[in-house]
Amino acid sequence: MIPRVHRVRERIQEQGDSVTLVIEPTDGEWKPFESGQFNMLWAFGVGEVPISISGDPSEPGRVYHTIHDVGAATHALCSLTPGEELGVRGPFGRPWDVNAAKGRDVVLLAGGIGLAPLRPVVYEMLARRAEFGHIALLVGARTPGDLLFPDELKAWRERGDIQVETTVDRYELGWSGHVGVVTTLMPLVAGDMAQTMGFVCGPEIMMRFGARSLMDRGVSEDDIQVSLERNMQCAVEQCGHCQFGEFFVCSDGPVFRWGRVAPMVGVREL
Amino acid sequence: MTPTADPTQKRPLGGVLSVEGLDALLRQLQDRGYLVIGPIVQDGAVTYEPIASHQDLPRGTGDEQRPGMYRLRRRDDDAFFGYASAPASWKRYLFPARSPLFRAERSEGSIQVDDTPPVQPRYAFVGVRSCELAAIAIQNRVFLDSNHPDSTYAARSKDLFVVAVSCSDPAGTCFCQSMGTGPEAQAMFDLRLTELVGGSEHRFVVTPGSPAGEQVLAAVPHRPATPADVTAATEVTQRAKERMGRSMDVTDVHDLLLRNREHPRWKDVGSRCLACGNCTFACPTCFCSDSEDANELGTGAAVRTRAWASCFGLDYSSMHGGTIRTTIPGRYRQWMTHKLATWFDQFGTSGCAGCGRCITMCPVGIDITEEVKMIQESDRVKTTGEMQ
Repeated sequence: MIPRVHRVRERIQEQGDSVTLVIEPTDGEWKPFESGQFNMLWAFGVGEVPISISGDPSEPGRVYHTIHDVGAATHALCSLTPGEELGVRGPFGRPWDVNAAKGRDVVLLAGGIGLAPLRPVVYEMLARRAEFGHIALLVGARTPGDLLFPDELKAWRERGDIQVETTVDRYELGWSGHVGVVTTLMPLVAGDMAQTMGFVCGPEIMMRFGARSLMDRGVSEDDIQVSLERNMQCAVEQCGHCQFGEFFVCSDGPVFRWGRVAPMVGVREL
Repeated sequence: MTPTADPTQKRPLGGVLSVEGLDALLRQLQDRGYLVIGPIVQDGAVTYEPIASHQDLPRGTGDEQRPGMYRLRRRDDDAFFGYASAPASWKRYLFPARSPLFRAERSEGSIQVDDTPPVQPRYAFVGVRSCELAAIAIQNRVFLDSNHPDSTYAARSKDLFVVAVSCSDPAGTCFCQSMGTGPEAQAMFDLRLTELVGGSEHRFVVTPGSPAGEQVLAAVPHRPATPADVTAATEVTQRAKERMGRSMDVTDVHDLLLRNREHPRWKDVGSRCLACGNCTFACPTCFCSDSEDANELGTGAAVRTRAWASCFGLDYSSMHGGTIRTTIPGRYRQWMTHKLATWFDQFGTSGCAGCGRCITMCPVGIDITEEVKMIQESDRVKTTGEMQ
């Protein structure tokens, strides 16, 4: 329950009121993590929030978090500058099951800040590219100015071994890409999806429609992984806040198979 | 922790303590370094506080409990433990309403976290009811049988000495018998007392439940129990069972509640519930908490405190994206479904010990046994077509 002190190594201003903090433990004891796990980040004197790790799990020493500046604690975190310190507890949570996608086609469906927890999966899959079939990354943002990691998306697209499609809800001058919600990109992924593994991360409503559109294309509900979000305070199954039915999202999740949670996601206020 | 009594092991009949013997027991515990907590009358209620002798105990005091009603009454005898239970449970000692987690300072940009654990007292609880022991066992599972055992709870409970007292006068809101949690403590105590107040001699039949209990008893003046004493003690428990005010049918309650998440009864109970959270704070098993960050005005140090939280609070489920449980029916369903159903999935046990505090302390008298019954009855109609 006690935060470990980390120091900001680098602060990257992202689009859409987001900041990526690259941090290092001051005691030098870096903890390995898996794609999809999160840390509790503590801004001294302000508060603590769960933030997914957005960096490459194979890059030791540093921890990347991409933080959307939306409240007091996230604002304080986004305002940190290199050399400043923060507290970290974690990593916590059940990661994306990347290995379950071995030998199969993959659709990664990201909405808004939901691209951040999926970025480690992209790194991991590209590093082990031969183990997976076709990989499609479908990214939705509210506006072109909210699109996360545009340079990286471009670089990935240019590799040629991962299909990268982006769309925005609202058009802005200079945008020549798709307009519409992220599920409208689904027809751009060719072929039969019966053997595809889906990874979906974004607002809950987006994940519901994302899972549904994958299932419409033949993906089994148990082959869709989603990352849920709830109020989290302790991150160790003791504060109770993150309960979702019988699950503690902090430990039984945040990543779940859609088939396991779909009946509950449909119940209001669960 | 108090070792669980092995029911297969033959124990002696135990002993009999006089009122003076009870005082000797309390002194013995104090001499052994325990902070002795027991029932006293304070502000019109029985409450568990530090005690020194039998004179602190609520002698001749009983209680009357109904949905939304708690009142002390004068008993027509001198029983020390003649009330049913205290509104505030032992929870506040093992899992205090507020406990410090850490304090941190920042100087020249550098953060130093002081995580020195506070020194915890060694408690001896005197007068613990069987349902309350069941509740402690439930919280032990939550805080100790965890992938992340809680060190504060562990420190507070590891040396706990329990003097259980068999219930003689359950309240109208009690339903421990149907939950299999009472009225007589079967395990988890070091010593168990059964108070015998009628007849010629005010006395306590005392049964050790652990080696520690045997040691303490050996150091306290007592006489051996006669078969007559043991029979009298058994009768106390038998009478208590007959006077149990309520019951809950828990067969299938897990599946029942999970298949009735959209039941109209949630709206009904939600329209009566004030979402005050009394039930959650009175409940001896409710374990939810908030992490509260604050700053000391003088020093600028940051302090984190763990404080009881209630799932009836609006911010309990709030996130940046909005609050999950915006309505009271949604929050009541969360509380009751967790307590009686999903608790099994999480901790392998019910979250309810049958103490009835949530019924007594509810300002509008919502009765969890009645709410279960209503869903049970309509579910029976729905699934079997059977009419009541």
